[in-house]
Amino acid sequence: MRDTVLEAVDLTISFNDGAVTAVKGAKFRIERGESYGLIGESGCGKSTILRAVAGLNTDYDGSILFEGRELPERRRKEHFRAMQMVFQDPYGSLHPRKMVQAVLAEPVRLMGLGDEQRRIDEVLRNVGLGPEFRFRYPHELSGGQRQRIAIARALIVEPKVLLLDEPTSALDVSVQAEILNLLTRLRRELGLTYLMVSHDIAVIAHMCDRVAIMQHGRILEEITAPDVRAGRVAEDYTREFLAASAPAITA
Amino acid sequence: MTDPVLTVENLNIHFHGSARTTHAVRGVSFTLGHEKLGIVGESGSGKSQTGRAIMRLSPPSARITADALRFGRTNLLAASEKQMRAIRGSEIAMILQDPKFSLNPLMTVGKQIAEAYRTHHRVSKAEAKERALAMLESVHIRDPKRVYDILPHEVSGGMGQRIMIAMMLIPEPKLIIADEPTSALDVTVRRQVLSVLDELVDRTGASLIFISHDLNLVADFCDRVLVMYAGRVMEDLPARDLGRANHPYTRALLESLPRLDQPRAELPVIRRDDTWRTGALA
Repeated sequence: MRDTVLEAVDLTISFNDGAVTAVKGAKFRIERGESYGLIGESGCGKSTILRAVAGLNTDYDGSILFEGRELPERRRKEHFRAMQMVFQDPYGSLHPRKMVQAVLAEPVRLMGLGDEQRRIDEVLRNVGLGPEFRFRYPHELSGGQRQRIAIARALIVEPKVLLLDEPTSALDVSVQAEILNLLTRLRRELGLTYLMVSHDIAVIAHMCDRVAIMQHGRILEEITAPDVRAGRVAEDYTREFLAASAPAITA
Repeated sequence: MTDPVLTVENLNIHFHGSARTTHAVRGVSFTLGHEKLGIVGESGSGKSQTGRAIMRLSPPSARITADALRFGRTNLLAASEKQMRAIRGSEIAMILQDPKFSLNPLMTVGKQIAEAYRTHHRVSKAEAKERALAMLESVHIRDPKRVYDILPHEVSGGMGQRIMIAMMLIPEPKLIIADEPTSALDVTVRRQVLSVLDELVDRTGASLIFISHDLNLVADFCDRVLVMYAGRVMEDLPARDLGRANHPYTRALLESLPRLDQPRAELPVIRRDDTWRTGALA
């Protein structure tokens, strides 16, 4: 039995009164518990799709379905609660003058969930930080700790889907490994579904079950992670992209 | 034996803040010949500060000491600011990460390149323009005449970085320091920019210091690699041997990368060893 959480049908997104079409007829289906990747170069439309799914931009044609129902133009609270976004740059996405505690309490209050203190402690533990981090400001945290807080902020409202926009591309490789491990564990333990955007094919192949390759606003093809590893691709562009990303070090 | 292009012996950089002093670069030594040397490390490893100290472009709060910091026969520590101005650009050039921030947004691309040439060579404007056009062509810009007259915001990231390379290489420097020159670029564009840089470095016979956090890129592009951690050089080895590195830090760094050829459930996390910071170096 298929249990589709998120589906896009003929999703087309334009800007400037149709002068620029950033996404053209994108189509994908993501099952519950799956991790789905969008990959491509700058300007290919991958982040635009993510923003439309998150409800940050609802001016699109076609439709996005969540648990089988089309998302309305005016999203309701429960939609925002169900789908939370983690942004690329933890330096830019946390308010510099808010303590971790305030950052985490805000979404709880917005969603009217109550039980703030317990939720904050629990979510901090979940992302591998102690309760003492409540009283820190972003400038007192390392890049990796900030990204953990950004993930905690998304998790605290108990979402079903995490929308991950290049969650590790601003981090060092050693910190990247920690954050990717954390995301892997959270998906397994909390039964989350991921829609992840990246330009790093190795990261996507590590994290995702299936990957859509995008170019000029279109999804060129959809392949599985084993296909990526084996180089089993249909499109020339995908082959070129894989070749350009191939690592030089073979140990 | 010919003199090395650059000699660095026991370079130390301290930053004096109001509350504490940071020892950012700690006893770094290496010599550079006619080669492409990669310096890899994580944020805060001191790789960029090492590059800046060579150009004497460290921030005012930095205190730099070294047993030797020589460019050819010139002692860079003792050189006057006037001597340094003559060296910067014409003898040692620096390519930075993002062309969006390092090109003058109000000046056409061609004029900036021609200006770079005229600053260091006494030639007429017409001749400088000729040279700039030729340089644009040699960084594989298809229509140099058109590109000469456009402004930086009208070019893509990859083209912007090729323009930067043209501008930095037109005075024919002997040493080029490239600090993360392709991290702001897409993977497919990255290759193209690197091959342009490679071609020009080979043709002009310049030496290159390539600073990056990307191990794969450095292994692919350089002849030799210094691996830095906490301000120190952990390992100095030929780039082709990076996959067989000995130092536990280098090994751990390589292991922590997700790999296409080996699927893994979990990525190994670096367990940092205090002796890397303090212990004797091999």
